[in-house]
Amino acid sequence: MTERQGTFVNIGERTNVTGSARFRKLIAESDYETALEVARQQVESGAQILDVNMDEGLLDSEAAMTTFLNLIASEPDISRVPIMVDSSKWTVIEAGLKCLQGKGIVNSISLKEGEEPFLAQARLVRRYGAAVVVMAFDEQGQAETAERKFEICKRAYELLVEKVDFPPEDIIFDPNIFAVATGIDEHNDYARAFFEGTRMIKERLPHVHVSGGVSNVSFSFRGNNAVREAMHACFLYHAIDAGLDMAIVNAGALPVYQDIPDDLRERIEDVLLNRRADATDRLLEIADQYRGAGGAARVVDDKWREQSVEKRLEHALVHGIGDFVEADVEEARLQADRPIHVIEGPLMDGMNVVGDLFGAGKMFLPQVVKSARVMKKAVAVLLPHIEAEKDDTQGAKGKILMATVKGDVHDIGKNIVGVVLQCNNYEVIDLGVMVPCAKILEVAAEEKVDAIGLSGLITPSLDEMVYVATEMQREGLDLPLLIGGATTSKMHTAVKIDPAYGNGPVVHVVDASRAVGVVQELLSRERRAAFAEGIRADYRRMAEGRRKGRVDRARISIADARANKARIDWSGYTPPKPAFEGLKTFDDYPLAELVERIDWQPFFATWELRGRFPDILDDPTVGAAARPLWNDAQEMLKRIVDEGWAKPRAVIGFWPARADGDDIRLQTGAGETVVHTLRQQMPRGGDSESRKANLALSDYISPEGGDWLGGFAVTSGPEIDEKAKEFEQAGDMYNSILVKALADRLAEAFAERMHERVRREFWGYAAEEVLTNEQLIAEEYRGIRPAPGYPACPDHTEKGTLFALLDAGNTARVELTESFAMMPAASVSGWYFSHPEARYFGLGRIERDQVEDYARRKGMSVEEVERWLAPSLAYDPDDEAAKREAA
Amino acid sequence: MTTSATTQAARELSSLAEQRVLILDGAMGTMIQGLGLSEEEFRGARFADHPDDLKGDNDILNLSQPEKIEAIHLEYFDAGADIAQTNTFNATSISQADYGLSHRAKEINIEGARIARRAADKVRDEEGRPTFVAGALGPTNRTASISPDVTDPGARNTSFDELRDAYLESTLGLIEGGADIILVETVFDTLNAKAALFAVEEAFDQAGTRLPIMISGTITDRSGRTLSGQTPEAFWNSVRHANPFSVGFNCALGAKDLRPHIAELSRVADVRVSAYPNAGLPNEFGGYDERPEQTADHLGGWARDGLVNVVGGCCGTTPDHIRAIARQVKASAPRVVPQLSRRLRLSGLEPFDLRSAF
Repeated sequence: MTERQGTFVNIGERTNVTGSARFRKLIAESDYETALEVARQQVESGAQILDVNMDEGLLDSEAAMTTFLNLIASEPDISRVPIMVDSSKWTVIEAGLKCLQGKGIVNSISLKEGEEPFLAQARLVRRYGAAVVVMAFDEQGQAETAERKFEICKRAYELLVEKVDFPPEDIIFDPNIFAVATGIDEHNDYARAFFEGTRMIKERLPHVHVSGGVSNVSFSFRGNNAVREAMHACFLYHAIDAGLDMAIVNAGALPVYQDIPDDLRERIEDVLLNRRADATDRLLEIADQYRGAGGAARVVDDKWREQSVEKRLEHALVHGIGDFVEADVEEARLQADRPIHVIEGPLMDGMNVVGDLFGAGKMFLPQVVKSARVMKKAVAVLLPHIEAEKDDTQGAKGKILMATVKGDVHDIGKNIVGVVLQCNNYEVIDLGVMVPCAKILEVAAEEKVDAIGLSGLITPSLDEMVYVATEMQREGLDLPLLIGGATTSKMHTAVKIDPAYGNGPVVHVVDASRAVGVVQELLSRERRAAFAEGIRADYRRMAEGRRKGRVDRARISIADARANKARIDWSGYTPPKPAFEGLKTFDDYPLAELVERIDWQPFFATWELRGRFPDILDDPTVGAAARPLWNDAQEMLKRIVDEGWAKPRAVIGFWPARADGDDIRLQTGAGETVVHTLRQQMPRGGDSESRKANLALSDYISPEGGDWLGGFAVTSGPEIDEKAKEFEQAGDMYNSILVKALADRLAEAFAERMHERVRREFWGYAAEEVLTNEQLIAEEYRGIRPAPGYPACPDHTEKGTLFALLDAGNTARVELTESFAMMPAASVSGWYFSHPEARYFGLGRIERDQVEDYARRKGMSVEEVERWLAPSLAYDPDDEAAKREAA
Repeated sequence: MTTSATTQAARELSSLAEQRVLILDGAMGTMIQGLGLSEEEFRGARFADHPDDLKGDNDILNLSQPEKIEAIHLEYFDAGADIAQTNTFNATSISQADYGLSHRAKEINIEGARIARRAADKVRDEEGRPTFVAGALGPTNRTASISPDVTDPGARNTSFDELRDAYLESTLGLIEGGADIILVETVFDTLNAKAALFAVEEAFDQAGTRLPIMISGTITDRSGRTLSGQTPEAFWNSVRHANPFSVGFNCALGAKDLRPHIAELSRVADVRVSAYPNAGLPNEFGGYDERPEQTADHLGGWARDGLVNVVGGCCGTTPDHIRAIARQVKASAPRVVPQLSRRLRLSGLEPFDLRSAF
């Protein structure tokens, strides 16, 4: 509903000499300075387009238009919005167009003088690069009925689109708003005809817009502003419903539709909708009761002052009345336990009412802006008290950058969140509204903020947020990113924003009340990782669930897949026996052995340098970056080795094993441990001889027993993480990243080295193996070391089994988080399989029949398995759940 | 406004742009500066007796030293450029007034296009690859939306009509000399550009042909706006009525600082996007230090990220820069031009976008 409201455009009308006596006088006296203030005030109070009209007999209209538009061009506060050049004289319009660097609107052209001048003017409008208002006016005169309004607009549309190639989205029809309640019966249907004509135009002429000058409608009530303004509000309410996109209107003076007294509103609507023959008389009957009221606020009397303080605050917010707010807030503060409760209570309640009315199309943007101003005023009264209450002994708990994204001006929600955060002792750097991405990133870096909060109310802001996230990712930031505002959603955050920003946590904050909790978690050193992981896992599941709706679901049954397992002849095969049974640990493993086994290609990829190592060092383009990085890495490695910054640890183990279907049963000291594997379910073509198998890791273990399964966990150790932190704290991000990247490489090299020793010594089935580092990297050896969570066995929870078997927390000092991530991060773990035919594969997506079977085998609920295996599911668990419930 | 008279070159250009990122040439001024020409050489025989000093009037070299300009074009083609920009950046009657040569403006444009045409045809004949000439319309040294006098914000030192007339003359010259493309470039005041685009349409009507139009604005500082104050999207909304072949940014910033603005344009423009940055920011001597591979690294990244369709170099770039750039972008597919929904898109200094709810 905000969507509809957000698209209605207010065109500022006060810079029009025909509509404003004051402006006419200023121009006539050449008081352009004050005239500019009128324009500025229009933009400030919410005009999204500025109508400029200099049609006055005594003026040199061309010169006045040129002078005023040139002056506006020098005022960025005003010229940020598009200009509507308004004149009935073509020469004045052309003079105006010659002053606009932006794309404005011509108001107006018509078929009044026939097709030739209409087409000639349209061609020029196109060449000047402007949109155009076309009046429903032809050689016969102005259209009064809905049918004629439509007929003329249709004719103009076809001429413009077919003969001038005019973009239809740049056409704005003005189907004429005429005065009603004039006492002349023929006029009674004018408003209804406008609504109906608008509806026909919008339905049948693709992409066009409709505008109108609203004040005409109430012309017969000149001198009775209260009734006129009430009529305007009612007219807009119905016209917008019919499809009106924009109107020239003094929106700041509009009453809220809801607040028009029922009796008055009903009689106005009788007139506008031509609902009864005596409608005009009935409106006239009561009009005098409101005469002299003069302003919108006074349509309703001062009775609201007698209500409770909460109601008074709500009223002040809804109506944008700032006069009493200080006293009211003070009164509310004295009644409240804490000053913050006034914000969280009556003020927030009032803003919610504003939001609802706005959403329902019963309040307009300028009114909402006024409400926000009152809100700010109220908060300003409270802030000193909130400050005084704060615990001054501690500094700010963190620095949060907040911004409403580019293209969006809505900052109420953001400001409330900002206030709430400040009340909770966070420092808030508020960049305001319409903040471009580059600015956000620049300030975030300059101020070293702890989190970035993006806000937006309109739909396009969603894309902007994705863009900001993408740029944060590209710039290598890892700050928490908070997403808030009316159109944002958890689903959008999960599907679009979170994947764009893999570096850092992205959290959708439903409302201001959640902000503090979220920020606390995200800024807590202890809890951040777990919190962020939980959120991310949640988003990934949501996104995955959505995405899966679109993937190819053709799968074979798990029974058929099992019938097509790897064809391994076990009869003549004797599994090799490891040198020991149980565990073997390695402490402070010699670094030199690892350094020479580092695979450098991924190291350069970390730094976004693509190319084969070592060629990359002399690459004509990236070599210049790769070579110094390589030198720095070598120097850093030397220090790591010489000064013992890393203390690599490892644990490996072997257990007697037997395949049992898709499970592997291990004999351990304590009894039996079952390792669960998953089987590919993609359909395989070809006859029984050539057909590729549907693999599971259990296929590589003998079903007859007498086989072995190995496991390992290796790490560069937590010590090196401390080094990275030291660099970070000294502000040396480069070396911090360098150390971390090297720690990762060392862990990988360690895994490679340990696998090599397993093949040659500890399992010993390839004692004679001699391979170069390149051959190692190319995996030209017998046996595999797949890791739980990776393609062949994507279930991370199996890592729990592996770590229990290895007692990895004590032996290698590698811990698992609740999401089964390894700490320290520079760690690698996996299983060892020795069979010569064992190879790496990807599981692909699996069906529900296997998931149910797997859940049974693991003793987990289906839902839990689905959660962990979400990326590997060939179906949407939510759909399935719905089906089950329906059945 | 009809497109019936589409030229063969335009069709060739579009089809090449489908296949790969197009390469624009690099700086002409930097190369001319490198020649170290004297006042006498600038004048040549023809302007030996001209009353004003001509050293620094690069455009007059089209008449006084045409073979030197042609040699520069050939160097850029040799480096891998697909498109040569004519040596006509300052060749409007308005800018030539500084040298007392306003009356030669049309001739300078005709010859500028002819020289580039000769070089392009030579390469096309010898190497059998398509080459194009972009007739350059510079911004002039006046601004239609900014007052030259701080005490009188409504004052202007030029007008839409004056600019339109000057651009009409230049464009007719460029068409006559054989340009394949009209390039409205280094736009720091969008109103100047709108006058140029108006004139270009008039010139097309008069010449009975239509050439592809390239538009390239300039972001003058890290505020991310044009000198006249527009954001990239507002700038695009202001010029999109010209239905250009491409829109982009050039000059002023080096590639590193230009990237976010190109990225933004790439998001909002439903035509091809061009970028030809300076070789970094000028050093304290006004020179440019960015080495070819540095510039090329940046542009290569943009191409990989799918941000651009046309790349090249502006101030400080050389044939070596263009060679490195061409090599870097070769492997990348051109940016896919997005299809945007039809909406009323207006602008002041900032964009305005109305989506009808019905």
